[in-house]
Amino acid sequence: MQKLVVIGAGMASGRVLEHLFDTAPEAFDVTLFNAEPRGNYNRIMLSPVLSGEKTFEEIVTHDDAWYADNKVTTRFGEKVTKIDRDRKVVVGENGEVAYDKLIIGTGSAPFIIPMPGHDLPGVVAYRDLEDTNAMIDASAKPGGKAVVIGGGLLGLEAAAGLRLRGMDVTVLHIMGHLMERQLDEAAGYLLKQDLEKRGINVMLKAQTKCIEGDGKVERVLLEDGTVLEADIVCMAVGIRPAAALGQDAGLEMGRAIKVDAQMRTSDPDILAVGECVEFEGNLFGLVAPLYDQAKVLAKTLLGEDDAFKMRELSTKLKVTGCDLFSAGDFAEGDAREDIVFRDPKRGVYKRLVIEDDKLVGAVMYGDTADSNWFFGLIKDGSDISEMRDTIIFGPAFQGGGAAAADPLAAVAALPADAEICGCNGVCKGTIVTAIEGGATTLDDVKAITKASASCGTCTGLVEQVLAVTLGDSFEAKAEKPICKCTDLTHEDVRRLIKSQELKSQPAVWQQLAWKTPNGCHVCRPAINYYLLADWPLDYQDDLQSRFVNERNHANIQKDGTYSVMPRMWGGMTDPDELIAIAQAAKKFDAVVKVTGGQRIDLLGIKKEDLPAIWSDLNDAGMVSGHAYTKGLRTVKTCVGSDWCRFGTQDSTGLGIKLEKRLWGSWTPHKVKLGVSGCPRNCAEATCKDVGVICVDSGYQIGVAGAAGMDVKETERLIDVATEEEAIEWTVAFVQLYRENAKYLDRAYKWVAKVGLDWVKETLDDPATRAALIERFDISQSVYQHDPWAEHVENRKAQYAPLADLTTEAAE
Amino acid sequence: MSWTDIGALTDIPLRGARIVKTPAGCIAVFRTDEAEVFATSNKCAHKGGPLAEGIVHGKQVTCPLHNWVYSLETGEAQGADEGSIATYPVKIEDGRLLLDTDAVAARNAA
Repeated sequence: MQKLVVIGAGMASGRVLEHLFDTAPEAFDVTLFNAEPRGNYNRIMLSPVLSGEKTFEEIVTHDDAWYADNKVTTRFGEKVTKIDRDRKVVVGENGEVAYDKLIIGTGSAPFIIPMPGHDLPGVVAYRDLEDTNAMIDASAKPGGKAVVIGGGLLGLEAAAGLRLRGMDVTVLHIMGHLMERQLDEAAGYLLKQDLEKRGINVMLKAQTKCIEGDGKVERVLLEDGTVLEADIVCMAVGIRPAAALGQDAGLEMGRAIKVDAQMRTSDPDILAVGECVEFEGNLFGLVAPLYDQAKVLAKTLLGEDDAFKMRELSTKLKVTGCDLFSAGDFAEGDAREDIVFRDPKRGVYKRLVIEDDKLVGAVMYGDTADSNWFFGLIKDGSDISEMRDTIIFGPAFQGGGAAAADPLAAVAALPADAEICGCNGVCKGTIVTAIEGGATTLDDVKAITKASASCGTCTGLVEQVLAVTLGDSFEAKAEKPICKCTDLTHEDVRRLIKSQELKSQPAVWQQLAWKTPNGCHVCRPAINYYLLADWPLDYQDDLQSRFVNERNHANIQKDGTYSVMPRMWGGMTDPDELIAIAQAAKKFDAVVKVTGGQRIDLLGIKKEDLPAIWSDLNDAGMVSGHAYTKGLRTVKTCVGSDWCRFGTQDSTGLGIKLEKRLWGSWTPHKVKLGVSGCPRNCAEATCKDVGVICVDSGYQIGVAGAAGMDVKETERLIDVATEEEAIEWTVAFVQLYRENAKYLDRAYKWVAKVGLDWVKETLDDPATRAALIERFDISQSVYQHDPWAEHVENRKAQYAPLADLTTEAAE
Repeated sequence: MSWTDIGALTDIPLRGARIVKTPAGCIAVFRTDEAEVFATSNKCAHKGGPLAEGIVHGKQVTCPLHNWVYSLETGEAQGADEGSIATYPVKIEDGRLLLDTDAVAARNAA
């Protein structure tokens, strides 16, 4: 039997021994040295030990029994001082051992920055169980403070572990973003946010000056003068190969012990493996290639042919709840293209780097479900040109054609912890459990899990989970697709426009696999609305996707002429306006009608005359009444406390204020308001989308009324004391409707779907109301302008015929 | 054929239409793609709706009055609706739109 001596009982050499004992258990008589007073354990899992999620016993790879069974002579806690190649002996602190073959697996040592105070007690690295225990001991002090120097993989795992132990943790990182070797800036930013949410303080571009303390660590000083108190300092700034033994023995060295592809050093009887080796100029720090090396080394020892090859590496951070993945090369370059997917709400960022139709790098944060698939593509160097457009959506979206956007496949591919219902925080696994426990309908799932029980926008998703889980036995309630151009419902599309940040119609058609080149008269206006409502600053309203009335800013009549209706704020007008209207009516030969919305309609206007009549009305100070839009129509008022002997508040004034705030906004369907000055309700406010009834004590705000195909009384949203609050609640309600309703659902239909309770709960939060109002005002900054004036100015020619051939023909 | 210049391609918005007045009535000229145009009668076979005001999608237009959909290539109503509209030759040359007025006149005579 040959004598094999192994120096270092780490993960790499441990794997070598496993291979040897598996294939040729009687081939070698093994002696194993280890400087640490223990055998091989899974060093990668020190993080869960530090955080308390695992015990040390759970991460031991080889225990005493394993060494005994395999007849390994263990010399743990004993350092090797020298390798005498001439005599082929290893010199340990407690004596020599002769070898026929020697494996050096001494690993690496943490790099300690030699700054003042680095040798104080309480400054630890993060490398072995001793370091880990030192940190655990420090965390026992209530309110203890820890400073971690280094925002790389190890440092962050240390920081997360110390935080979980209850310490007050600050991470100092010298670079501009965390984990800069594995992540790009965007992913680094999300990671920082997540860590900060966990209560870890992260300081970037932090230059540590020195560590101070009287006999032990007390504080860390930065170059910028910042002083951080510290009970323990963990220095995790990198590792260096521990290769001194090889150097002393005169082996060929680079930055570590040089090995060939068979893991042999320059001395054929000495092999080396792991972090202490250098292969073709590369050093190693991650475990995957070390296992490859171990396999090759074992074969070399047994006289079999094999060769170690470099391969792509991937990284995952072992911090519970921070899903992060990085692989390959993601530096920017001329020949490189990026595909980026961001979902700020879910904190998801994915970036793929493509070069020559191959995936060369991937960074994912927040959702790493598809990371193995991407990693496979990188490793295999697969040609991805065929799936270039959908690759970012992962394997579930591949397969070509319409199936590429099959929502069922996408849902089937979601991991169990994917959140389905944002309102109630219900993930897919919970829903699947409910279904497996007997739920067969949407209502069952709703009752058991609360999924889709609030805003309802995830209803489609929940049904898809039902369909995927139950298969054919599930019959979906007929949530119909928008139109024949797509299989997706309005809710699906609204959700996808937001989550995939689709900001143009071509993006929607392309990414959601529209079956037609550019939609149809049904989906185009809906998509146009969703885009302009969700991305007011990014999306350009498309007139060609609007119904004729909204494109021409007038109501088309059955004979092809149009009606023109100027705005009368709150139904108030004056003699000058009336004179201008009368003159316009005469000039353009209009029929005049007083409408139910308290304004005056001019009917029978020819298309080519529209710019001229608008111009006349503009000159008299009037603007479009938007009587033709899915938008704010009228605010009907009574004369209120100004005139009426029963009036309790200035209903006309409030109506005008509301109209001035809301006009010009686009909504899923038309929006009509009413404000009555007393409960006699002369403005018929109780059948409006939003109706305000003034009372002595303030304002009763009702919503979701109707007086059209359906007649329905408003339901009380809230009673408020002041006019300001009445306006605030109304604007917030309208914006909530704008953001959530299906196109062509009036407010009452939408409220019936989501439930008034949800609307109330949502709007009850002042911060939510403020955010809604802010978003409404951003949209108004784009859309609150008079379209008549704009069309007179910019689009006048479009209202005239392209050519008139009647005169030529007559000649 | 008698090709008559009726205007520039860019006078018509993408997925939009303009009308040309002729002795045979209004003709709608549709721009379905960057460089693809069709000319048809402007009058819907159903209730005479102005087709040039419809939403243009693919090589089709939807009448703004009652949503009849026509193929701009054949002039045939699509789906369950039965009817058709006249189509006329139109072409793009150097960014200009040329309409075959002989075809328009022939239709008028017939």
